[in-house]
Amino acid sequence: MNDYQSGNTPLLGVGGSNGPINSFRSWQYILIFSVLILGSIYAAPNLFQPDPALEVRAVSSGSLGPRVIKSSLEDLLESGQISDVKKIEVTGDSVVIRMNDNESQLRAKDVVENSLNALEQNVVIALARARTTPDWLSSLGGVPMNLGLDLFGGAHFLLQVNMDDYLDGVVSSASEAMRDALIEKRIRFIPGRDWLSGKTISIPFRSEELRESAIEALTDFSEYSLEEQERSGEYYLVYGLTEDRIAELEDRAIDQNLTSLRNRVNELGVSEPQVQRLGRSRIVVDLPGIQDSARAKEILNKFANLEFRLEALPNSRRSQIESYDYEGVRREILSRNIVTGNNVQDAQQAYDPETGQPQVNIQLDNDGGRRMNAVTKDNVGRSMAILFIEQKPRVRKKNVQGNIVEEFYSVEEKRLISVATIQSALGFNFRITGLDLREAQDLALLLRAGALAAPMYIVEERTVGAQLGDENIRSGWYSVVGGFLCVLLFMVFYYKWFGLAANFALTMNLVLLVSIMSVLGATLTLPGIAGIVLTVGMAVDANVLIFSRIREELKDRSPQKAIQAGFDRALLTITDANVTTFFVAIILLSIGSGPVKGFAVTLAVGIVTSMFSSILVTRALVNLIYGNRNLQALTI
Amino acid sequence: MKEFDFDFMSKRRVALGFSLVLLSLSIGSFFVQGMNLGLDFTGGSLVEIGFESEIETELVRDHLVGAGFENGTVQYFGSNRDLLIRVPPTIGQEGSQLSDQIYSSISERFPGASLRQASFVGPAVGDELAEDGGLALLAALIVVMIYILFRFTKLFSIGAVIALAHDVVIVLGVFSFFQWTFDLTVLAALLAVIGYSLNDTIVVSDRIRENFRRLAKRSALDTVNKSLNQTLGRTLVTSLTTLFVLVSLLIFGGEVIRGFASALTIGVVIGTYSSIYVAASVLLRLGIKREDLLVPETEEVVL
Repeated sequence: MNDYQSGNTPLLGVGGSNGPINSFRSWQYILIFSVLILGSIYAAPNLFQPDPALEVRAVSSGSLGPRVIKSSLEDLLESGQISDVKKIEVTGDSVVIRMNDNESQLRAKDVVENSLNALEQNVVIALARARTTPDWLSSLGGVPMNLGLDLFGGAHFLLQVNMDDYLDGVVSSASEAMRDALIEKRIRFIPGRDWLSGKTISIPFRSEELRESAIEALTDFSEYSLEEQERSGEYYLVYGLTEDRIAELEDRAIDQNLTSLRNRVNELGVSEPQVQRLGRSRIVVDLPGIQDSARAKEILNKFANLEFRLEALPNSRRSQIESYDYEGVRREILSRNIVTGNNVQDAQQAYDPETGQPQVNIQLDNDGGRRMNAVTKDNVGRSMAILFIEQKPRVRKKNVQGNIVEEFYSVEEKRLISVATIQSALGFNFRITGLDLREAQDLALLLRAGALAAPMYIVEERTVGAQLGDENIRSGWYSVVGGFLCVLLFMVFYYKWFGLAANFALTMNLVLLVSIMSVLGATLTLPGIAGIVLTVGMAVDANVLIFSRIREELKDRSPQKAIQAGFDRALLTITDANVTTFFVAIILLSIGSGPVKGFAVTLAVGIVTSMFSSILVTRALVNLIYGNRNLQALTI
Repeated sequence: MKEFDFDFMSKRRVALGFSLVLLSLSIGSFFVQGMNLGLDFTGGSLVEIGFESEIETELVRDHLVGAGFENGTVQYFGSNRDLLIRVPPTIGQEGSQLSDQIYSSISERFPGASLRQASFVGPAVGDELAEDGGLALLAALIVVMIYILFRFTKLFSIGAVIALAHDVVIVLGVFSFFQWTFDLTVLAALLAVIGYSLNDTIVVSDRIRENFRRLAKRSALDTVNKSLNQTLGRTLVTSLTTLFVLVSLLIFGGEVIRGFASALTIGVVIGTYSSIYVAASVLLRLGIKREDLLVPETEEVVL
């Protein structure tokens, strides 16, 4: 009779030959029940509904601190312009106004926006949901689960960074810098050639000696691979990108794009935006609760910049001149920049006090300010032009060996927005006019946020309205409750007392699942809720396996022995069945994103908690009820 | 609890016929109609718009055609106040702007319309998701096969994987037959079906193995029959409780989760059937004998 299964399950260490049958040692009970109590504590924060709230934050360093904002908000409250306020509090560098309901939240947003903007304070106001976790719970580290976008409402974007364009740009500006270096050191190369082909720079020389001295002159570019070539009596230096260098440049581009994106989304009025790198060349942006996703889309991959250049002189080299129309006149300007928007420290949209036209006030950083000063000092009386550059992302279909693939490219639009005579040496602060209001606002935001290193394209978007989010929460909740009640009723009806024990275990399973999800900071999605529901249905399985096994064993054993054999023999089967589902959940975790990932997480966590609760918790209860008793018969 | 005593295996030819019919219908439908792949896999744009009162799809369709969105399909979503508009990826250049353009065009014409959800999936991302999804399905089947090979024997492993493939093909077949949208959540459900159906198969296989060792004198057919009967109560109860929660999802879960819940419901029903008829029949057909199980027993002791 002693087949391998019962011999192979020392896990519970119950009974054995010496101890009483079907009873745990007290430390085992204590352990199990402390896990349950801990689970209940960390699941508890989910019971507290968050407050609708407004989060008010200063945009730029120049604006007022949170304490000042708070006091002006309190003034609004006192004068009765906003009402239904629970509390105004300062958290970090923002002020949170907790409201009583959603309607007053929306009403207050408009009031706060108007009054603070009238005070010329540059603030961002986000609709938020402030946690109401009691202090004692949060001091224990208790946090509620995060809600996914399908439950909270909001927008999710996947952006593809166009590395190819970026690398081309890097190589092309390196070739410009090389040309400058060679000219400066008076090393003659063969003129009139195009140096660039793909991502390599080929510089032609008439003699080997010139090439040798060029290598010396270009030691600054040691991060490029270097090759010497000879073709039809000409001597070439060929600079190229190494794999390492490409990876390094890509990392740098992504980092800069991430920084810029974070700054951008911070101004969108979203309380907890997420911006993360995904894989080698993609970026994920999650904007929970965003009201206007179209605006977000506009600002995310917008590529706008400024370039400050001198106007060309009659003796300027033709190859270094570009011409643009400005107020109907063709103007020639140098193609080299004095400074660009990348040297901007701060930018604010404002209005010209005399004309009332929109303008952008710009403050340059140290480097930019010095360069501007140096150049303008020597060129008083000459004109300076400001070029506004915008890259518009486009996608086109391309036929590659019979497959239609999408190709990203950008259309660059450049226009002169101002040409003015330099009256005196310029410093760090400027104002720029010649833009319409929307352009001025966007330009200020984008300059503040920092330019994107490489252009990006939206390759995936998921937007869920707040209303649908609320509906999804409601339907998710109803399905959990409906399914759970059916299962509980059925178990009591079918298994009587054992069913009650199983129901307790099932409830605990749910509590543990929620607590682990909360502690892990996992995100709950609608498929995630479905995963919970499914876990409930499937968790019963372990108990059913045990109970039907006990029923069978009752035929040829005493009740106590049958209970023990039932638990022991079912254990291996349960483990086998769960391990494979666990594998499936892990596979799902690796492919899925967003909602599907939420499902995989609940499935995986649910398997762990259901094994704990159906095996250990049920066992503990059954032991408490039936252990150490002289049982003649057993109803199951 | 009742003792079951069905002669399952005597009807295995009927079951084989039944499975073959379902499988050929599924595969037939798959080749004739194909799958109605969702946005996740095809790429394109999708907008769900809620209207203040009931709305005719024709009205909106005509408006969209007039506004230059000729390729859009318009259908009710959940109720006849909600419309789902889907546009294939071929239209226009800026796919991500399309949903905004559609919504703003509609809200101008039908004031009060609200944007419930909008999705855009670029063709490249769609292809990746489809590829990853297919790989995940394969990976799941292979991992499961290896695990069972390790825990049981080759014959059980073959039986289990045939049963799983059977379930997956039939669920896919149902989705193809009714042309229900097959998206990423349905794929997730399909993987969960693999996990679920395997639970059943393992429980049954476990008992078959145990009985082969204990009841040495019986014929293989008898042993399998007895094992199926012994596990039948559990199989039915578990399927029943799982169906309870799935039906609850179907009723309350809303339109967004409908495909997911349907796939699981069908999967659970088919999975229950296949763990009884497919996995066990395969074992018998492959001619399982008591001796086949002796080797792993020693392994078990070593473990």
